[in-house]
Amino acid sequence: MSKKNKLDYTIFIIFSTFVILSFVLKFDQGIQVGKNFMLFAWDMIKILPPAFILIGLFEVWVKRETIEKNFGHTSGLKKYIWSILLAATTVGGTFVAFPVAHSLYQKGANFSAIFTYVSAASLLMIPMTIMEASILGLKFTLIRLGVSLPLVVFSAILLGNYLEKIKYDLPTKE
Amino acid sequence: MEALYVVTVVALILSAIFNKQKTIKGLKIAWKKFSKILSSYIKLLILISIVLLLTDKFIIQYLGGSSQGIGLLMGLVLGSITIMPGFIAYPLAGVLVEKGVSYMVITAFITTLMMVGVVTYPVEKEYLGTKATILRNVASLIIALIIALTAGLLYGEGF
Repeated sequence: MSKKNKLDYTIFIIFSTFVILSFVLKFDQGIQVGKNFMLFAWDMIKILPPAFILIGLFEVWVKRETIEKNFGHTSGLKKYIWSILLAATTVGGTFVAFPVAHSLYQKGANFSAIFTYVSAASLLMIPMTIMEASILGLKFTLIRLGVSLPLVVFSAILLGNYLEKIKYDLPTKE
Repeated sequence: MEALYVVTVVALILSAIFNKQKTIKGLKIAWKKFSKILSSYIKLLILISIVLLLTDKFIIQYLGGSSQGIGLLMGLVLGSITIMPGFIAYPLAGVLVEKGVSYMVITAFITTLMMVGVVTYPVEKEYLGTKATILRNVASLIIALIIALTAGLLYGEGF
């Protein structure tokens, strides 16, 4: 176990102790923190294992050329459409999008494609978008997506070009 | 959510039929990646559970009780530091509309809520690196501001 992991788990143990003590001592805010933690932890427990299995299968099956052709330098504007479509169907939003983006990059996707993907994944989960339209109105949803998606692609291109210029590389993970 | 499980199971079965070795290798990669990042996700969860102490009441009070400009700023800030699932965020946004909070402020809040992740930083930086993470979030904040102003304009709200 790495040093960083050890530190993280130590933080987790301290946090757990705090929550348990809060329950014993009936410290309301501590109890609320514990409940919040469980709510989100349950979500992650449901989403992360299948998501990582799919990432693992992606890494062994998908050919590098396929990703380069559709998400890489040679693919032109097509890569942004693919990135947005992939984002719309990514369950779990950015929590899942970060590792997926990393794997895409390792397989030959370029920066602007993965940044489009990550930002779009946070903006447009299909079930959430439907809920939004029903509560805040379709006009609201159309404004939000209509303005944001072009800006997301535009900023991803700027950011991608800059990172390439400085020869940036993503942290390596095996 | 069910779809994710269906897709995963079907993919695993197909993968195993075509090539058992590759499937096992894929599962090993999955486990390795998962166990490496797990501690960062736990850190993220701890941050989320603390940030969510900001109650609905607090948010309604801060976004509703001030001028447009300050409301906009508060929307951007609260949205950036908070993270909440859509099934909590949208009903809350509905309440804000009823309380007469402007669409501009609500848009600022909702958009940064989704796009700008201060609490997701521990996980994002592991995958994208510190520099790219910060730049991406700053860009998202600027985009959120533009969307909010556009919404204000299109809903005919004065600035």
